[in-house]
Amino acid sequence: MVDRRLLALGAAALAVAVAFLSIGLKGNIAFVLELRLLKLAALVQVGVAVAVSTVIFQTVTGNRILTPSIMGLDALYLFGQMAMIFLLGGVGYATLDPQVKFGAEILLLMALASALLLPMLKRRLDMGLMLLAGVVLGVLFRSLQSLLARLISPNDFAVAQVMSYANFNAVRTDLLAFAAILTLAGVVAAWRARHVLDVISLGPDTATGLGVNWMATVAGLLLLVSGLIAVSTALVGPMALFGLLVATLAERIVGTRRHGMLLPAAALTGIVTLVGGQTLFQHALGNATALGIVIEFVGGLVFLLLLILGSRA
Amino acid sequence: MTIAASPSALRTGVIASLGLAILCVLSLFVGVSPLSPGRVLSDTEALQLLLVSRLPRTLAALLAGAGLAIAGLIMQTLSRNRFVEPATAGTAQSAELGILVVTLLLPGAALWAKTLVAGIAALAGTSVFLFTAHRLPPTQPFLVPLFGIVYGGVVGAAATFIAWQADLLQFLSIWTNGDFSGVLRGRYELLWITALMVAVAWFVADRLTIMALGREASIGLGIDYARMMRIGLVLVSLITALSVVVVGMIPFVGLAVPNIVSRLKGDNVRGTLGWVAVGGAGLVLSCDIVGRLIRYPYEIPVGTVMGVVGAALFLWLLFRRGSHG
Repeated sequence: MVDRRLLALGAAALAVAVAFLSIGLKGNIAFVLELRLLKLAALVQVGVAVAVSTVIFQTVTGNRILTPSIMGLDALYLFGQMAMIFLLGGVGYATLDPQVKFGAEILLLMALASALLLPMLKRRLDMGLMLLAGVVLGVLFRSLQSLLARLISPNDFAVAQVMSYANFNAVRTDLLAFAAILTLAGVVAAWRARHVLDVISLGPDTATGLGVNWMATVAGLLLLVSGLIAVSTALVGPMALFGLLVATLAERIVGTRRHGMLLPAAALTGIVTLVGGQTLFQHALGNATALGIVIEFVGGLVFLLLLILGSRA
Repeated sequence: MTIAASPSALRTGVIASLGLAILCVLSLFVGVSPLSPGRVLSDTEALQLLLVSRLPRTLAALLAGAGLAIAGLIMQTLSRNRFVEPATAGTAQSAELGILVVTLLLPGAALWAKTLVAGIAALAGTSVFLFTAHRLPPTQPFLVPLFGIVYGGVVGAAATFIAWQADLLQFLSIWTNGDFSGVLRGRYELLWITALMVAVAWFVADRLTIMALGREASIGLGIDYARMMRIGLVLVSLITALSVVVVGMIPFVGLAVPNIVSRLKGDNVRGTLGWVAVGGAGLVLSCDIVGRLIRYPYEIPVGTVMGVVGAALFLWLLFRRGSHG
């Protein structure tokens, strides 16, 4: 019943998780294992959240090159965070309860994302225009964020700077439980929506003809995407090309856009890439901080290769 | 074309030059230490400040702005795509990578030598981009800027990785984020080469217009396509490398200005070149002035201001077009 390729991906994900937990295990084993388990939980969440949100986003926008990050969603999240620091001050921000803070940031992102993306989808903009607008929006929010960063005091800036790079070593374990609930809820919602997603992928006209309330469904899905992006950005920081890499790879592996297959495949690919990469960097290359940079590099290369190969075929 | 001769065009031309002149005067007298036109004539120290700091800074902004806008125009003509500019085609990132490598290998090299290496790296990076982008299907024009942005990201990631290994991240951020606050007399003169490049662009403007018709059409019209391509690439790479080395990269100038000008004035390069240069110079200079004022007496780098202003301007352009079409 379950596809062979999915099983293989699942086995690979399990293998990297075991490798991540067990390689170089020594000293106080219980302590090390607890630490690693927490980190593994965070990495798995990020991998799944980014992969699922990217697949949904691609379906909603009808374009396989778009990802939430390319459209500037993670930049938007960081901008919201910076705006909160700007308004509350570094101390005020740092003393807020992390979960309240996280909740507020997620709500802020959802509100901003709906306000910006829904009108674009409603007007059914030409794909090129939409893509370009998204990229430029991303730049706009990154610039606004660094502009705000220049306006706040150096102490506040130190609070802010920590968050603006992808960092897999300083995973925010204090948010882990809260984030896990959100990720789980998001994944369940995505899984339940898999058939609706199949219909949505036929385009707005056909989907409406088949009885889907297109606008409402798309709005709901976008909220889901922003929630997942907020989780991953809050846990490790922004990663522009990771989602694209994972979604493209998953589609190549299972060879279908049917969401019943694609969603789990993408999630598993996300886990394999992130946990596997982290294991490799931590133990083989002895240099774990660079994983974010390398994912950008490899993700970019793979993407360019696919673009060239895909257009030639 | 008769555009240049019509009275309304003449009027806008006069208004634009006046605007730029006002910006220049503003730029000369806005800054941390107070300086008024009256004092310059009586006080030698004030005159010194004007000549050593304010004037070079204003000139650097004008030169970099005009140069980058022209580089964007040339890029768009060569790649036949409206959404390409040095920062979205890997040119700037390649220049950064080049100067990073030369700084690591030959820390004592002179500035002009570093610029040269940066220029060569930019040339190589941009050639790879144009050569590969050529293979993308022409029916999907949005793939080209996307390809360029990801390509720039890959080159940038390589530069970040090297800089991170060598503890040079801070240097890298100097080149990636344009800032005029370090410009003094004796530190920006290399940018004058940009003016030379703009002159060359003016000289080949008509051929560039024909290049925009594509390879076959331009060869049919008697253009040495490969040679023009090389000239264009060298112009773009050198302008970008100069800007990266002297003041750091300023995004969006090359994207926004040629697009706005092309909407207003059409696509005859000879007719638009001057407008693009004036527009780029004015945009960068006003962003620099804004950066000096927004949190007075501290300064905000022009790259950051331009990121906000340029992006907003570009989005406005995009959606104005969307509502018309």
